[in-house]
Amino acid sequence: MPTPDEIKSRIEGALPGARAEVEDWTGGGDHFRATVIAEQFKGLNRIEQHRLVYDVFGGEIGGPIHALSLNTQVP
Amino acid sequence: MSEQTDNPIRSAIAEAITDNPVILFMKGNPDRPACGFSARTVAALQGLGAPFAAVDILPDPRIRQELSELSNWPTIPQLFVNGELVGGCDIVTEMYESGELAELLGVEAPAEPTVGPDSGPVQPAPLGIENRLG
Repeated sequence: MPTPDEIKSRIEGALPGARAEVEDWTGGGDHFRATVIAEQFKGLNRIEQHRLVYDVFGGEIGGPIHALSLNTQVP
Repeated sequence: MSEQTDNPIRSAIAEAITDNPVILFMKGNPDRPACGFSARTVAALQGLGAPFAAVDILPDPRIRQELSELSNWPTIPQLFVNGELVGGCDIVTEMYESGELAELLGVEAPAEPTVGPDSGPVQPAPLGIENRLG
């Protein structure tokens, strides 16, 4: 079961320079909420920004990570 | 989005997206959402009084699988407007609060945005993709 810290470091590892804050939304280890601030989002619409983060986790979203609620921002 | 005629579920999904200017794929139906994220998304649409078609993805796991492959979006709900994926619960809620959703749907934004079920519009019956699987 992933922890908020693991999710944070995977996002920050995949998007160099990004800052992510991740919390376990329900305390159950499968609903997470993340705010991600990344230069990589520049010029992308929201869908594309969220896809960039979802792509870090591939098939885990909807599987072990039931939900990853996102707020994406450009610095 | 590529439509595959040899895949009846994917074809039915693609057709539903084409045929309905505003369509929400969700867990449960608008009267009985089966997930909090679907419920919030329905509430945003109903808060604007915007009519929308709804598809429950729960009756057959293949609906969700095909939908996500078609849309390249991993989670449910998914809102499509004029054939384009707008987003899931997070994006729809953000756009509701900013007024962008009202603009996109061509409806009047409420003076004070509150997500509430007070005066929902008359909704068409939910579409049943699973009924078309033969």
